[in-house]
Amino acid sequence: MKITNLEDLQKVKDAGLASLYPPKPKILVGMATCGLAAGAQQVYDLLRRKAEADAWDGVVEKTGCIGFCYKEPLVDLIWPASPRLTYELMTPKAVESFWEEMNSIRYPEKRLLGRIDVDEMLLDGGPRRLYRRKQLKGFLASVPLYEELDFFKMQRRLAMRNCGFIDPDNLEHYIARGGYAALYQALTAMTPEEVIEQIIASGLRGRGGGGFPTGVKWQSCRKAKGWPKYVLCNADEGDPGAYMDRSLIEGDPHSILEGMLIGGYAIGASEGYIYVRAEYPLAVKTLQNAIFAAREAGFLGENLFGTGFNFDLKINLGGGAFVCGESTALMASIEGHPGEPKAKYVHTVEKGLWGRPSNLNNVETWANVPVIIGKGADWYKSIGTPGSTGTKIFSLVGQVKNVGLVEVPMGVTIKDMVMAIGGGVPGDREFKAVQTGGPSGGCIPKEKWDLPIDFDSLWEAGSIMGSGGMIVMDQSTCMVDVAKYFLDFLMDESCGKCTPCRLGLKRMHAMLEEFSRGQGTLEDLDELTSLAQAVQDASLCALGGSAPNPVLTTLRYFREEYEAHILKKQCPAKVCRDLITFTVNPELCSGCTLCARECPAGAIAGAKKEAHRINPALCIKCGACAEACKFGAIEIC
Amino acid sequence: MVHLTINDREVSGQDGWTILEVAREHGIDIPTLCQHGAVEPSGACRLCMVEVDDGRRRRMVASCLYPIRAGLKVWTESDRIQNVRRWILQMLVDEHPGSERLQVLAQTYGVKASRFKSSRYEDVCILCGLCVRACEEVAGVGCLSFGNRGVHKEVTTSYHLPSPECIGCGTCLYVCPTGAMEQFFNRVRAVA
Repeated sequence: MKITNLEDLQKVKDAGLASLYPPKPKILVGMATCGLAAGAQQVYDLLRRKAEADAWDGVVEKTGCIGFCYKEPLVDLIWPASPRLTYELMTPKAVESFWEEMNSIRYPEKRLLGRIDVDEMLLDGGPRRLYRRKQLKGFLASVPLYEELDFFKMQRRLAMRNCGFIDPDNLEHYIARGGYAALYQALTAMTPEEVIEQIIASGLRGRGGGGFPTGVKWQSCRKAKGWPKYVLCNADEGDPGAYMDRSLIEGDPHSILEGMLIGGYAIGASEGYIYVRAEYPLAVKTLQNAIFAAREAGFLGENLFGTGFNFDLKINLGGGAFVCGESTALMASIEGHPGEPKAKYVHTVEKGLWGRPSNLNNVETWANVPVIIGKGADWYKSIGTPGSTGTKIFSLVGQVKNVGLVEVPMGVTIKDMVMAIGGGVPGDREFKAVQTGGPSGGCIPKEKWDLPIDFDSLWEAGSIMGSGGMIVMDQSTCMVDVAKYFLDFLMDESCGKCTPCRLGLKRMHAMLEEFSRGQGTLEDLDELTSLAQAVQDASLCALGGSAPNPVLTTLRYFREEYEAHILKKQCPAKVCRDLITFTVNPELCSGCTLCARECPAGAIAGAKKEAHRINPALCIKCGACAEACKFGAIEIC
Repeated sequence: MVHLTINDREVSGQDGWTILEVAREHGIDIPTLCQHGAVEPSGACRLCMVEVDDGRRRRMVASCLYPIRAGLKVWTESDRIQNVRRWILQMLVDEHPGSERLQVLAQTYGVKASRFKSSRYEDVCILCGLCVRACEEVAGVGCLSFGNRGVHKEVTTSYHLPSPECIGCGTCLYVCPTGAMEQFFNRVRAVA
């Protein structure tokens, strides 16, 4: 059915609401990539089979990622007029008992993570309480609320407003939660200039890395001469350990479509491209479904809402090059050329895709647009800090207890992020540093953990916001090794067009390789800094320009670690293989032979119930013995 | 005419010119490797980096691509520029020790090879892309292109096979700054 006016939209919305909160029980399974990797498909299939076998009068549905990645697979149970209950780490075995308990005592008690009493419904004019009673009694009252969970306490969900609440393939669900109302409002009640004014007033800055004011970009593109104009969405997310965009697409694809439609209207474009990496098969499929559904409903195509505005979208698959996340390389790739960047002395908003004015924004930026139009710039501005408004999604990964996606207001400190939300470092080790902004970002040490996370503070600390990767590191991480790891990645991903990036990264990597072997001199540290400066100054694009960041920040904050490698021939974190030796402490060794069996190099010998020995000539320092030993008898020095 | 300064000297050029073109017109030295008057600039070698102040901020740009503007201030010999030149030349000489052109250029700018020297003397292609651009833009053939990426990047032909499209005009040989094309040319031409 084509939606051409407000009444049509309202009708679909009513149908969507009835399907979101039906008058019968509903089970939701988190089926984004993180859930699937943990086994959500088996859980979902089993629940479907059980529902069918029992002729159960309820709904089993999939949904996106709510952010709790380390608790996946997540299953939610919503009885009519009841709070929503979330169950964690659901295996097929756990589903069996879950199903039994649900049928006998209604609310299964095992593996319960939390409850949601009120669905915020951000864009639908107010929160929706899931039950009528004034207070919960008994068991349900003892279940912690989402807002009380450490992981959720400080979160504010704008871009991820629908993730984990709707079936991403269901357009009605999106509309039920206020979707496409902002588009209607923009098309029918606002001029393109007014839309741009709102975006400028909101203070929204590009979420892809640069942090350029989005509204100003739109304005330049609108003013640029040339036709046709294009709006583009950058979904070529490639930072190691970052998956904000993937989860957004997999959880709520229409929010991106709606953002792009509003952007297209404001800029005066009628064509758009979403450049998404082919390594995200589920995201690609979800986008394809969303575009198909939007076209069927009349949100894409000609004469939208009868206003005469035409717009359509195409998906372009990236072939696996990190550099194609750079705007000019991305455009070259869409044009069918090799993904190589060009100089941007003439901006892409004037001459971009096929030499036409083109406006490129990141997935998360687009997802924020409907919120700004729907709730108003002033409301949006009230969240975050004056210089960095709104929220930012981070993928909190690495050596931290609560791994997952978090969306927080800008200005939250690193300490809160790691300790309060992330739950600190697992085990008895200590927090050491955090790498923000992926391989192009920098390492920020513990001494600076009161730093608020916003565009400008991170920039001053020598790092960048980037697209939102946040890799937590503890004492067992060697900073020389970290810098080497990121350079290794970037060296692989450099397009090779310009000399400083192609040869400079290789040279920097070679120097770090020397340090990690205990070679090199203190003068080499100055040489490395000077080369890093040259690469930063002379590289053609932002990949090369920001590639020295991990090296420069680790040198700035952890110079003594570099010096320990060079002068003392020691790796303080005991990571660099050429500088450590593995030995067995005969006092602690029980002679269980486990290490000898685990050793892939056959370097460990010893009789049963007698202390073992490691042959240093054969040892490859892989650490398998230390991991296997139950008595802590393997010593690394 | 557009008026600007290079190293605090008043100079002028025509609208649409790049900094490099103005500098050359006025006899101001800026080294280049990937630039050739017959083809479009690409900004690959980065040897022509200069510092500019466009009234908003001071930054490093590639002079072969940066269009001049009235009031622009340009410097061609600052510390930052010398640092960039030194590293680019040193790394190129280290990587391609067999190239005479690079040796001479490095000597001119007082740059010496380092301990990270490559032992592959025969490899002198610096991937400036002049051959690729000349084949496409001057000869109108387009049988050369880049293959792979990063440190594995190479000049190659379709499917790495001799190209039946090559007309043997030798334009690529003429523009190649290091003579690398002389070794590669016979693998490009499909001799019937």
